Amino acid sequence: MAKQYETVIGLEVHVELATRTKIFCGCSTAFGAAPNTHTCPVCTGMPGSLPVLNKQVVEYAMAIGLATNCTITRVCKFDRKNYFYPDNPQNYQISQLYLPIARDGYVEIETGGTKKKVRIHEMHMEEDAGKLVHDEWDDTSLVDYNRSGVPLVEIVSEPDMRSPEEVIAYLEKLRQIIQYLGASDCKLQEGSMRADVNLSVRETGSDVFGTRTEMKNLNSFKAIARAIEGERERQIELLETGKTVVQETRRWDDNKENSYAMRSKEDAQDYRYFPEPDLVPIVISDEWIAEIRSRQPELRGEKLERYKKEFDIPEYDAEILTESKSMADLFEATAAICKKPKKVSNWLMVETMRLMKEHGMEPEDLTFSPENLAKLIELTEAGIINSSVAKEVFEKIFSEDLDPENYVEEHGLKTVSDEGALKAAVEKVVADNPQAAADYRGGKEKALGALVGQTMKAMKGKANPGMVNQMLREMLSE
Amino acid sequence: MGNMANKISDETMEYVGILAKLELSAQEKEAAKSDMEKMLDYIDTLNELDTSGVEPMSHVFPVHNVFREDVVTNGDNQEQTLANAPLRKEARFEVPKTIG
Repeated sequence: MAKQYETVIGLEVHVELATRTKIFCGCSTAFGAAPNTHTCPVCTGMPGSLPVLNKQVVEYAMAIGLATNCTITRVCKFDRKNYFYPDNPQNYQISQLYLPIARDGYVEIETGGTKKKVRIHEMHMEEDAGKLVHDEWDDTSLVDYNRSGVPLVEIVSEPDMRSPEEVIAYLEKLRQIIQYLGASDCKLQEGSMRADVNLSVRETGSDVFGTRTEMKNLNSFKAIARAIEGERERQIELLETGKTVVQETRRWDDNKENSYAMRSKEDAQDYRYFPEPDLVPIVISDEWIAEIRSRQPELRGEKLERYKKEFDIPEYDAEILTESKSMADLFEATAAICKKPKKVSNWLMVETMRLMKEHGMEPEDLTFSPENLAKLIELTEAGIINSSVAKEVFEKIFSEDLDPENYVEEHGLKTVSDEGALKAAVEKVVADNPQAAADYRGGKEKALGALVGQTMKAMKGKANPGMVNQMLREMLSE
Repeated sequence: MGNMANKISDETMEYVGILAKLELSAQEKEAAKSDMEKMLDYIDTLNELDTSGVEPMSHVFPVHNVFREDVVTNGDNQEQTLANAPLRKEARFEVPKTIG
């Protein structure tokens, strides 16, 4: 009489907004700067410093709220969340508890052909904390405050998801919407999108929620899926052996595929929120909302329709390319340069996606420029390099974004169309492979392929395959 | 005032101490307890006012929507910021290990 369990999951998703400056000061948000260079008295919590809100943060938050069907809170304000931790130099985080900027929204997801709405409870604006590096050798932590004060929105869903697939579909949908809005690049690996998973289990059919745990430190879709499976098993095992689930925060260790409790009991979780006295309230008018709506960029659905009309590419390609804003941008920029959308689509759909899969990359991680892909397409179309050389050069463009014209020149990869050189190679191949030559003469068409292959090999892949084919046919019919 | 209606238990003192990361001696605890009770009594006088129908106020000044534009105004401030670090290493603040 094994019991059936249902997993109930809600998500807290943090997204770093794509502003140029921090939420409360004029420090840069650029990623990867030398430690503590992007800091000032405000974002390092110096006494007497005063925060001033970045207007763009409010506008990005409004745009995300509107695109996820939320109601915008007309009068909202900030609160202080108090806690002590070295990544937080003020000893409080400026966040929103009582009047978050957006509430009561939803996004629609699709898994296995079934559509479902995942409701959004609320979304609030807040500041990010600094970054800690733990030094294993001398038992200390090192703090870099460049990230301190970088603007975030936290999107809190209702506990509406029931499987890892639904969770990933929800995250992908949020990422797509936010990337299209240009409000964030949503890179999980770099931490510009982070998800905390609230999970409980209950017997199938029950309408009472079980005790939930919160899991942190999930920085890829795969880690999220594994953490959900692992935590579901752990909770079911506790219940099956007559124990109880303790409400706690757990940290997922993806290497060990295990989670462990992060906060001990004596480390009480009580943030003693109170209104932030250094910031004045935000009043959002109908006009402001209308302005944000009117500035909303082309979202995925509209882009897809435009691609079908504007470009001569298969509908399937258009769907895949528009799934991610970065991929769509790359496609459009390259097509604009070389005016060959079909070829661009092929390179992105086949070779690019193959290499992305091989390296476990997302479209946002692509670093090659549209200019270099466009040049490669031109080189191939003009017959300067053949298709197998083009693939080889593309791998270089993909990994190093190098200029294909220079690369082809430097490595002598131009297709050899010189008749004398080709003829010599073809003659040698025919002489060295009498059996294949005889087979072809005897009517075996397939034998020609082997001879073309041998010639290409002798020419180190650089021969013009059309010419080689032609020459072999002529020579063997003599 | 003076009725001293509020009593703070030892458990509450202990809890507040943990939250504030303070270690108090027995004597300091008693003194803090008495101070906190007085503060709560003082706050209680506010309850004598009838505030039904009054909107909660979120700020004392009648000002809203004070913003800055999203323009970088600060440059490299590494040295000034690190000047506040009791210990530094690799251009970072060095602090006791915080995760077990």
